[in-house]
Parts: sequence; structure tokens; C-alpha cells
Amino acid sequence: MSEIIIKNGFVFDPLQGIRGDKVDIAIKDGKIVETTALTNPKTIDAAGMTVMAGGVDIHSHVVGPKVNTGRLFRPEEKLFQNIKKTGSRMEMGTSIPSVYKTGYDYARMGYSYVNEAAMPPLHSPHVHEEIRDTPIIDISAMPVFGNNWFSLEYLKNNEIENNAAYTAWLLRATRGFGIKIVNPGGSEAWGWGLNCANIHEPVPYFDVTPAQIITGSIETNEYLGLPHSIHIHPNNLGNPGNYVDTLETLKLAEGYTAKNAFGRTQVMHLTHLQFHAYGGEGFNFESKVPEIMDYVNSHDNITVDIGQVTLDETTTMTADGPFEHHLRAVNNLKWANVDVELETAAGVVPFVYSANNKANAVQWAIGLEIGLLAKDPMRTYITTDHPNAGPFTRYPRVIKWLMSQAAREAQMDAFKHRDKVIDVTNIAGIDRELTLYEIAQMTRAGTAKALGIADMYGGLAPGMDADVAIYNLNAESMPSDAEEIEKAFSRCAYMLKDGIVAVKDGEIVAEPAKRTIWVDVKVPENAQVNRDIYEHFLKHYSLKLENYSLFEEHLHNPRVIEVNAAE
Amino acid sequence: MPKKIENVGCPYCGVCCDDLVVTVSDDGRKVLEVENACAIGNEIFQHASSEGRISLPRLRQPDGTYKDISYDEAVDYAARVLIKAKKPLIFGFGSTNCEGMAAAAKVAEKAGAVLDNCASICHGSSFLAIFDNGYPSCTLGETKNRADVIVYWGSNPAHAHPRHMSRYSIFPRGFFTGKGHKGRKIIVIDPRYTDTARVADIYVQVKQGQDYDLFNAFRTVIRGEDIPDEVAGVKKEQILQVAEILKKARFGTIFYGMGLCHSDGRNHNVDIAISMTRDLNDFTKWTIMAMRGHYNIAGPGVVWAWTTGYPYCIDMSKKDRAYMNPGETSSVDLAMRDEVDAFFNVGTDAGAHFPIEAVKHLKKHPWITIDPNICMASEISDLHIPVGIVGVEVPGIVYRMDNVPIQYRQVLNPPDGVISDEELFERIHQRISEIEAEEGITQTSAAAAGTQTSFVGE
Ligand code: SF4
Ligand SMILES: [Zn+2]
Repeated sequence: MSEIIIKNGFVFDPLQGIRGDKVDIAIKDGKIVETTALTNPKTIDAAGMTVMAGGVDIHSHVVGPKVNTGRLFRPEEKLFQNIKKTGSRMEMGTSIPSVYKTGYDYARMGYSYVNEAAMPPLHSPHVHEEIRDTPIIDISAMPVFGNNWFSLEYLKNNEIENNAAYTAWLLRATRGFGIKIVNPGGSEAWGWGLNCANIHEPVPYFDVTPAQIITGSIETNEYLGLPHSIHIHPNNLGNPGNYVDTLETLKLAEGYTAKNAFGRTQVMHLTHLQFHAYGGEGFNFESKVPEIMDYVNSHDNITVDIGQVTLDETTTMTADGPFEHHLRAVNNLKWANVDVELETAAGVVPFVYSANNKANAVQWAIGLEIGLLAKDPMRTYITTDHPNAGPFTRYPRVIKWLMSQAAREAQMDAFKHRDKVIDVTNIAGIDRELTLYEIAQMTRAGTAKALGIADMYGGLAPGMDADVAIYNLNAESMPSDAEEIEKAFSRCAYMLKDGIVAVKDGEIVAEPAKRTIWVDVKVPENAQVNRDIYEHFLKHYSLKLENYSLFEEHLHNPRVIEVNAAE
Repeated sequence: MPKKIENVGCPYCGVCCDDLVVTVSDDGRKVLEVENACAIGNEIFQHASSEGRISLPRLRQPDGTYKDISYDEAVDYAARVLIKAKKPLIFGFGSTNCEGMAAAAKVAEKAGAVLDNCASICHGSSFLAIFDNGYPSCTLGETKNRADVIVYWGSNPAHAHPRHMSRYSIFPRGFFTGKGHKGRKIIVIDPRYTDTARVADIYVQVKQGQDYDLFNAFRTVIRGEDIPDEVAGVKKEQILQVAEILKKARFGTIFYGMGLCHSDGRNHNVDIAISMTRDLNDFTKWTIMAMRGHYNIAGPGVVWAWTTGYPYCIDMSKKDRAYMNPGETSSVDLAMRDEVDAFFNVGTDAGAHFPIEAVKHLKKHPWITIDPNICMASEISDLHIPVGIVGVEVPGIVYRMDNVPIQYRQVLNPPDGVISDEELFERIHQRISEIEAEEGITQTSAAAAGTQTSFVGE
């Protein structure tokens, strides 16, 4: 079949430790191969350009009910759009793009893999319908567990094996990827209009604390040996002073080590840290990033992603129902909410982050501080918690800010409350500029490793998927104008998916098939869990057990990762 | 041996019961028995195996009669109609699966059509309110497990959604609602004393067309302000009594129907209902839900939102972008202004439900009906293409009134040769491409560079 060789580019592949060397990348039948395996390849000349593996996004909301609620209830987002159709389908939406625009825009940025951060299990057929229609990019989706009645009951009694059996069952039922936890206990409390403000406040009725849920979930995850660790959006998001809760949450991972066959080393991924690194009180909040990053830097079993505020109008959406309710009282915009029986709750509220707003500017600084104070870029990742802190299409701008102090200063000078922002943050004193190698760590190598998929994605070693991004950036003479960096990462020169050129000169030229990645875990038969599942469906769910599990015909182009936890 | 099929979804109303047990004949051709369904649900299965189903497309002849044609011919005819039309309208989807809706969107985009669904003559006013004010809602199992107060406002499930009350709202015993009906307060607000009102603890007789005033009164009282002695025909004492129950609820759900979104005030009624739900969440937990009529009429809104960002009234005549403006791009309005020059009636009966003036305008142009059944629309069409009945002969995903996806099953084989909506639309799409290739029609929107979006706020 088809053979391609990418020549003369500056290759950045942290998984192999390649730091900008001119290495030829050989591709055959959709995989990276040794150059000697090629007979008559087509050549892509990448002279003067930067070559990386396809980007791997560890946390983004791209498919499913709350994303779609955002699309549906924000027609105003599409009113003045004027995008020429260049792929096979039209591209609509801005902060919450249509599935087509989502796939195309990720590909244009050189991304080939996105991990959907929150799948309500009851809605898994919806998630998979949207995955089917999202072009080019491979997608995995994490079911939410942290407020699930089964897990609350098992973890209250520390029944790890039962929780593990249930987890394995649910991953299979939803064709899910791993254990997502959102505001543990708090979203169940939201069923009564309440919340769990910190990790010690017990969940109403279930009488289990968020701390128990978190440690129990870590134990479950490592008992099963899943590719990814638990992936947590901790309690008390967005509130000044919450860095205390965040540190307490991180400390719950102490003493645990990763047990898995996928090369993953962390036991906890804490997501959109920016929203959880606030000191102070009320409107006088301040950065506590140094305290948090000191902890993260010195604890190898933790990974984080940033959740960078991009200063755009966007649409917030989380399975943190009480937070979204709180937010609608902050800005008094429209508010959608969906409480999902036995499982979770989600809210959606539009939000405008403004450079003229002091709080938003402080959030911006806090996000960048996380990236800039990270000692190990293999454990700190670039995200915007799309679309919560900003749309994913702003990653190139985030990269620019991380790579250029001048660009950061220009942004700070544009703040209405520049000096006040500088007073309560540390950003002005940081002169670090991240390198292309570090960016590659934060956007593909590190994320692939943390997801436990680094044998297929995030690198360019022979045997891996031939997902490659080529950026118009000369690593030996980087542009003096940082805007050029943003431009290059926005629209790559080439993006190859499974060895097929999908993007050329920033435009979609082909739409190769995409995959659904899911994790199938074998566990010992567990009569009690089977009985509990049967009972809850008989009495408490509003649909039949037999119609809950995803039918095989609704799973599209699957790639299954098998795990055996039965021995 | 007859075969029993369990956990079958009912393709009739938005309750989407998925606990039906259907017994079918040996040859998979006839439904022998349906268990657990209500009377109307039962009927849809019986109908499928009735005599007189058509199994071939029928094309109108110059003499006014219908002649059977092949699917290939029908697909070609439909494709050519779409290519020729400047602004075709594809409307309906009251009874198709989501796979069919996704395929139809693909065709509409390719053909530069307006794509619309029955919501535009039904719960479309709810969408307008949701665009403005959001939608604090929940899944039906939440209501079953938690709700101690239920409000039915302008809806009569006893007739329109027969098993709604027993499955989700009034009668079931859920996790925190072990006492079932006894533990719940039921409030029915309606100008008419309906069969649903009969099971209510409190019946509030609002004056016809004055729902908005009554919501206003409730909101005022909930905020601790005073109101007149009577509002919308309801005595102050009763308003105070109901407001107190709403505030004291542990968990409540307001189910509202066409009585609200289609009486005077329309979207404004829904808007203020949502505002009241927001207000109540300052005290306790409240949710609201539209009583969607057909089993999958929530589907097109969901599918087309991920496709185009809009749930209905989607004008794709520019082909590379979509535009929505109900009133301007809604089917009846387009038809009344005679702005469309081809009409696809899909899984509905516009012949029966559209105003006669609209039908007259549509009739001037090619009219194609895609539906399993003979209906008024099929009888005035130029072409009638039969398809399999979703939920009986065709499986697929449908969205319940709470937007929960339910996977429907196939229990019968369709009549020989009859295909699904999805396959039909895929074939029409394919055929359009072929004809365009043959005739050298180029897509205007091909390859244009430098087109990244710009963000609002820049
Ligand atoms: S209530 Fe509706 S969905 Fe249920 S059986 Fe009756 S018609 Fe069918
Ligand atoms: Zn998130």
C-alpha cells in the first residue's frame, strides 16, 4: 500500500528523546516503520519545518449531551459566521462547534486524538452517535463515576473488588475509556440542590465523603490496571481559597503507585488545575500556583492539565451541576441543567472571559503559571478544558503565551487592571519560555503516556500509528514575532492520520476514517454486583438494563484495549 | 413457533416505553401479541402487520393515478428534484430514527435544502424560550426517584402520554420515593378539568390564555411579594397554597405541554415557566420538561444540533453554512410565502397538519412523501416512497422526551424490498453525487483557502 517518507524536518519526539534532530520519518500502510522498510515512497519535504506526532488531547468536551445542549441553546454563536466549506460538511459553531468543525479544526492544528472528558453513562448511545459523525480524529470517552450510586455504595464500605467489577461492567456497557470523577459526591448532592464543598463533607444520604470516593477510585483503578489513571475534576471548583481543597485532593494519592501494563506512571490526573489554584476570598482572589506546583513537581504519581483561560466568549459545561447553577447567578445568563438518574448532573452556562475583567485576567495568569512552573512537562499538559476556559481552537495561542515572554507581556499590557493582576499573581516575574520539545511533551508525548496509549499515539517510533503533524516552524531559527508561532500551530503544513494526508497547508484534503477507543477489562464473575445491577435497573432506572448497554451496531470503528484483571 | 421479543421500545409517544414484550409469528411477518403497551402503543404494532401495506414506490402519472416504480427509479427521481430545485424543503421526522435524521441532514446540506421537523408546528415555541432562558431539566428517572411534587401544566398525559404517570411521575416507587403516589403532591394547572386533573391533589383552573399572568403571580409570591386577590381566575389563597408547596418541595418537576406553548403567550409562557424554575432553585430543587409528543421528535433537535448547531428551521440553501430564523425559515411560513419549490414530507402528514393555503402553495411544486403509510400527504404526492416502520421493522436510536437515547429494536421484517429512511437518504445522496458528476456540476464551495473562523469578542 501507500508509502511516505518525511524528509529534512526538525523532529521532536519526546517518547524517543528526539530533540529537533533531522530524522526521516517513514510510513507504510498507516504505521510508522523503519526507513529500510520502504520501497518506493512518496516524499514530503519538511525542510525548515517542525515534525511532531499527532497531538493527543487529554481533556476536552467534544461529543455528548451537554456539548450538544450548548450547541442547541446558543444559536447566537453562529449568527455572523462566514466559513467557506472546504471539507465534505459545513462547519458551524464557535466555542461549541458542530462535530464536523470539531474534527476539522483539531486536524488543522495537527491533533489526531481527543479524550472526551465526561460521558454520562446513561447517554452513551448519544456519545457514540456523535463520535460516528466526528471526522478524522480518534476519540475515547470517559464515563463519569464519582457520583454514581453503585460506586457511592461500594466505596462507602470500601468494597474495592465490587466497585472494580461494576467499573468493568460500565466501561463495557458504555464502551468507555476510564474512570472520570467530577465533583465527587457534590453532583449527587445537587440532586437535592446541595453540594459537597470540600473532600470531608459527606454526601447526603449515602454518607460517604469525597475523600473516600477518591481513594477508593484510585484503588479500583489500580486493582483493574487500566491504561489511564483516575481523572478527577475535584470539589469546590472556581472558588477563591480552593487551593486548600486541591492540595488535600492531591495528597490522597500519596502512597499509591501505578500498576498497569501500559507505561503509565501516575495514579491521579487532576484536570483543569487553573480552576483549582485560587487563594484569597471573594473577589480578592489570588494565585496559589507556586504552592500547588511545588507539590505536583515533587510527586511523580500525579499529572495535571492546565485549563487555560483564553479570554474569549465561550460556553461552560461540566458534570459539576452545582457549580453551573452558581455560575448562572454570577452572570445571569441562560442556564441549562440535566440531572441524570443514579449517575451524574450537568450544567451549561455561556460565559464571557474578558481582558477588562480583573478576575478573568487573574485566571489567565494562573493558567500560564501552571505551565511555566512545571518542572516536568511530561506531567503537565496544555488544555483549555474546552470549551470551559476557552475553545480548543485557542491551543496555538496558549502555546504562543507559553513560548514567548514578549507575547505574555503584550497581553498583560492590554489588561485594564494590569497592575492589580500583577499584584496577586506571579506571572510577571517568570521569564521562562517553553521549547518546542517541551510543547511536544505537553501536547502529545506526555498526554499519550498518561492515557496509557503511548504505544500507539503521541510518538513517531516504528510500529506506532502514522499520525504526524508538520508545522511551518523552523526550529533552528524561530520567528522573532510570536504571532508566527500561533499561526504555525493553528494551521499545520501537513497533518497525516494513519498515513493519509488529511490536512495540507492548513486545509482539509482528505477525511480518513476515525476510531472509537475503549477499554475492555476482564474481571472475575461477581454475583453480588450482578444482583445490584439487576436490582437498580428493576427499581430505579427509567429504562431496561437490556436497552442500557450500547448495542454493538452503535459502536463505530472500534479499537479496543484489552485488560485482564481476572487473574 | 411464535417468537417472544422482550425489551421492545414503543414507537408511538414521547414516553418511549422500552418494556414491551412482542410476540411475532414464525415467519417474522405478523405481530401476534403486545404486552405492557397502552392501547395506542398496541395499535402501532398491530398496524404494521395489517393488510394493504405498500411495498413499492408509487409515481403519479399524467392521468392522476399512481404507478409502482422501483426504488432505483424513485431515488433517481428524488435526486433530480433536489438538484433542480432552488430551495427544496425537507420536513417532518415525527417518526423516524436518528440514523435516518443524520442521513437526511447530509442530503439537505448537499441539496441546499431547508431542513425542518414537526417541532416547528409543535414545541418550536419551547426552543425559542430555551434559546433565551436555558432549560433546567433532568432525566425521567430523577423525577421517579426523587420528586415529591409534580406539576402538570397545560398537558394531559392521561390521554396524550398514557404511561407517563405510571412510569415516571405520579405512581412509581423510586429510590427516595418508596411511598409512591402517597408520598407525592400532584398539582394540575389547566383551563379544562381533564382526566389528568382527576388524579391531582390540587387542581388549579387557570383562565384560558392567562397562564403567563399566573406564572407571574407565582414568581411574585415566591419572592415574598404581595399579589391581587385573584389572578388569571385563580384565588389568591390557592396561589399562596401552591407557591408554598413548590418552595417546600424536596425535588419537583414541572411537565408542560401544548396547552402552555401553544396558547396565548406561547414561547413567553415557556420562558416564564423556566424563570420560575430558576427562581425555585434558590430554595430547593426544581426541574422542568416539555412533554414532547412523538417517540422521537426530540431526535431531530439533537441530531441536527450536532450537525448544524440548530435544532429546526435550518436553511442550508447557501450549502456552506446554515441559518435559522423561525418565522422566516420555518416550514409553514416558507410555504405560505410560496418560497420553496420542492417538498419532501418525511414521516409525518403535512397534508393533514399544515394550513390549507400552505398545502396549496407546496402542491404547485414536486411533492415527495417518504412514509411507511398511506396518509393525506401520500395521496396528494407526486411520488410516495414507502420505508420500514421504525421500532417495528427498523431498529435505531431514538431520543425520549428527556433527551435520553433509547436503542430501539426490530421485531418484524419489513415487507419484501422495503428499505429504511437511512438507506433511502444515503442512496439519494449517492445519486445526487453521481448525477452531478455525470453532468459536470461542480460544488461551488470546493477548496477555498484562508477561511478560519474568527471569534466573537475579538
Ligand atoms: S405510553 Fe406512549 S410509548 Fe408507552 S406504550 Fe403508550 S404510546 Fe407507547
Ligand atoms: Zn472538563
